[in-house]
Amino acid sequence: MRLSHIAKALDLELRCGDLEAEASGGYVSDLMSDVIAHAEAGDLWLTVQIHANIVAVAAMKELSGIVLTGGREPEAETLRKAEAKKITVLASRLPAFELAGRLYQLGLRGRERHAGGI
Amino acid sequence: MPGAFRVDLHVHTCLSPCADNGMVPTRIVARALEAGLAAIGICDHNSAGNVAAVREAAGKDLRVLGGMEITTSEEAHILALFDGQEALERMERLVQDGLAGLNDPEAWGDQILVDSRDQPVGIEERLLAGASALSAEATVREIQALGGLAIASHVDRPAFSLAQQLGFIPPELPLDAVELSFHFRGEKAPFRAFGFPLVSFSDAHFPEEIGRSRTLFRVEEPSVAALRLALRAGGGEW
Repeated sequence: MRLSHIAKALDLELRCGDLEAEASGGYVSDLMSDVIAHAEAGDLWLTVQIHANIVAVAAMKELSGIVLTGGREPEAETLRKAEAKKITVLASRLPAFELAGRLYQLGLRGRERHAGGI
Repeated sequence: MPGAFRVDLHVHTCLSPCADNGMVPTRIVARALEAGLAAIGICDHNSAGNVAAVREAAGKDLRVLGGMEITTSEEAHILALFDGQEALERMERLVQDGLAGLNDPEAWGDQILVDSRDQPVGIEERLLAGASALSAEATVREIQALGGLAIASHVDRPAFSLAQQLGFIPPELPLDAVELSFHFRGEKAPFRAFGFPLVSFSDAHFPEEIGRSRTLFRVEEPSVAALRLALRAGGGEW
């Protein structure tokens, strides 16, 4: 599902990058080590973390984009790095639970993972 | 007769992916002496690989305490400092046993091992920016068991602080101190309420940042053992 479609349907505001990528799944987590271990390429990542390391994680895992939830705004350094790495950063006023529910209604799916804990 | 020692126990080297590649032993030592420091703590992320090189570069002019800035499984940063190399290496093994993934220098930055004359001697391949498998509680317990100093890093910051990751600092956690960052300008009272002595160090990632925040201790010598006692007796001044 194209990010432009998702952003329009759910009122996501673009903070960096473009809306051209296709999200193939979704992942919600605020622990970066958990995202490194369990997110998959193409996932749209919902988080409250605004530190610049989220950009490195998204680049490393080839995620389709990052959505900062609950009205969080990226740190200046995060935006600088996101621009350099061409990572799409979106912002939503909705809390993660609400936003994930609406993404699901829209047809985006996560994957059932049996990771066996951390 | 105790002396007054200015110490900065939170200094990164070029081994930390996020630190400047110019954070090499001779520059770190020169800058620390210039800043009037009696001791520095070398605390790279989840590794003590450059501690010996900095200590050798310092000679007798500057005390170098060996340490790490450990990322707990909750992604909180805790400084661990030791007097002895053996205890430091044991702690390093515990931390690195649970460290997953390989570093991508493009995404995170370089992780350079150097000798005392600043010459590169290797590249650390593990992802030092990752988290260890130890919880905050296990981390502090192990540091204490090995005779080290356990200090929660930059608890006033929004990222990687124990206070933020856990909501508050568990009062029963046997920390020796909590660190307020160089950026801190506000009221100390809310942080004193955690119930631990407050210290402030530079968290230097660039040479010019070394000593920008430091804590003064009145002790016989700026060793881990003496600083622990001073912290228990009321802490340092900054």
